[in-house]
Amino acid sequence: MPWPLNIDPQQILLHWMNLAILTGGLYFLLYQPVKAFLAKREEYYRDLDRQAQDKLARAEQLQADYQKKLDGAEEEIHQARAKAQQSLQQSVQEQLDQAQAQAQLIVTRAHADAERTREQALYDSQQDIRRLAETAAKRLALHEDPFDQFLDLAEGGGNHESQ
Amino acid sequence: MGQHKKGLAVWILIVLLLLAGALLAGSHPRAETVQEAMRDAVLHDVNQVSLFGLKNVNPGLISAFLVTAVLLLAAVLIRVFAIPRFQMIPGRLQLLLEQAVGLFDGMAKNSSPHRFRFVGAYIFAAGAFIFVGTLFELLGIQAVTVKGHPITLPAPLSDVNAAIALGTLSYLVILSGGIAANGLKGVGKTLKEFSLPISMSFRLFGALLSGLLVTELVYYYVSLSFVLPVIVGVLFTLLHAIIQTYVLTMLTSMYYGEVSEPSPAKPKKKKQAASSAEHA
Repeated sequence: MPWPLNIDPQQILLHWMNLAILTGGLYFLLYQPVKAFLAKREEYYRDLDRQAQDKLARAEQLQADYQKKLDGAEEEIHQARAKAQQSLQQSVQEQLDQAQAQAQLIVTRAHADAERTREQALYDSQQDIRRLAETAAKRLALHEDPFDQFLDLAEGGGNHESQ
Repeated sequence: MGQHKKGLAVWILIVLLLLAGALLAGSHPRAETVQEAMRDAVLHDVNQVSLFGLKNVNPGLISAFLVTAVLLLAAVLIRVFAIPRFQMIPGRLQLLLEQAVGLFDGMAKNSSPHRFRFVGAYIFAAGAFIFVGTLFELLGIQAVTVKGHPITLPAPLSDVNAAIALGTLSYLVILSGGIAANGLKGVGKTLKEFSLPISMSFRLFGALLSGLLVTELVYYYVSLSFVLPVIVGVLFTLLHAIIQTYVLTMLTSMYYGEVSEPSPAKPKKKKQAASSAEHA
């Protein structure tokens, strides 16, 4: 008895064979190689992503290190500044002390010089007075009329001034 | 502007002359009536083709072999010339191939996450066969029947034998998934869906046959052969190609995933032990 709708088991088997050939052929020729390439590319980009993540982590680590160093440097700068300021103040103080000492020395020397000059002037004037006294005594001793002598001296002095 | 009008008028005149000529010339007397043509489109029992002189077969089988040959030839050419030149940034052909493979692979993974390698490869081949096989009828490749009449080779799946073959093969693939994942339990799960091979086969057959019948009807009469075939071709061929490819591959992968899903182990002994301990 023939099958309804012209169904033919032999042709169905031939179709199965055809589909089996097609499935195997397409699997080995297209599906598998394309999938392998897709997997390779996925791996490539995953690798790139991994590398990028590593680089990012390294960069973040570096940033943290530099931040730490920067914080340390700021503290260092602060300390150095304080130290320099202290040193400057000390230096200024030393110079001030030195200047004051020098000024003191100058004043002392000036005082000494002035004293010496005053004593010299006093000595010189005493010598002059002594010499004048001696001269006067000598003239008195030569018995001359003191009145004439005085006039002579006065005249002589006047000539001297006019000269 | 005047030249444009003149050209348009000449073009319309030529078209009208050709239409009138075609209608007046008529055609050779038909070898078969429209009833016979439609009956043969369904049953393929009259216009059979010889398979290398071995056996008279339905023209759908010849179409199926041709589609397979074309697909395998294209696959060989792609494998030899295109795949070794694949780039990390794909070109157009590479993108198309990757999309096609990725589509079926993704469908298999989504529908059957536990076991998807084999079903992915199968639905890729089945999808390619249905899609290209359905578009194949647009080519209008001629063959000679055993009675000496020329016929246009139909879509493979408009032959009931091809539709049954694909439906039952898909069912067997589903069954194999059930056995591989769950053993006898998988067989039980698959046999539960006993209507699946029939529904899948006849869904394909009905869908493709309807397109074939409408196309056959349209081409039978000369007066319907203007403009209408374009719409019919798009509606009953291109849309069927896409829809039927999607439906069969989706159903196959979905049922495959269902039957290959590992069954959770029933903790019977523990329960029994716990209940006996409670009684004690």
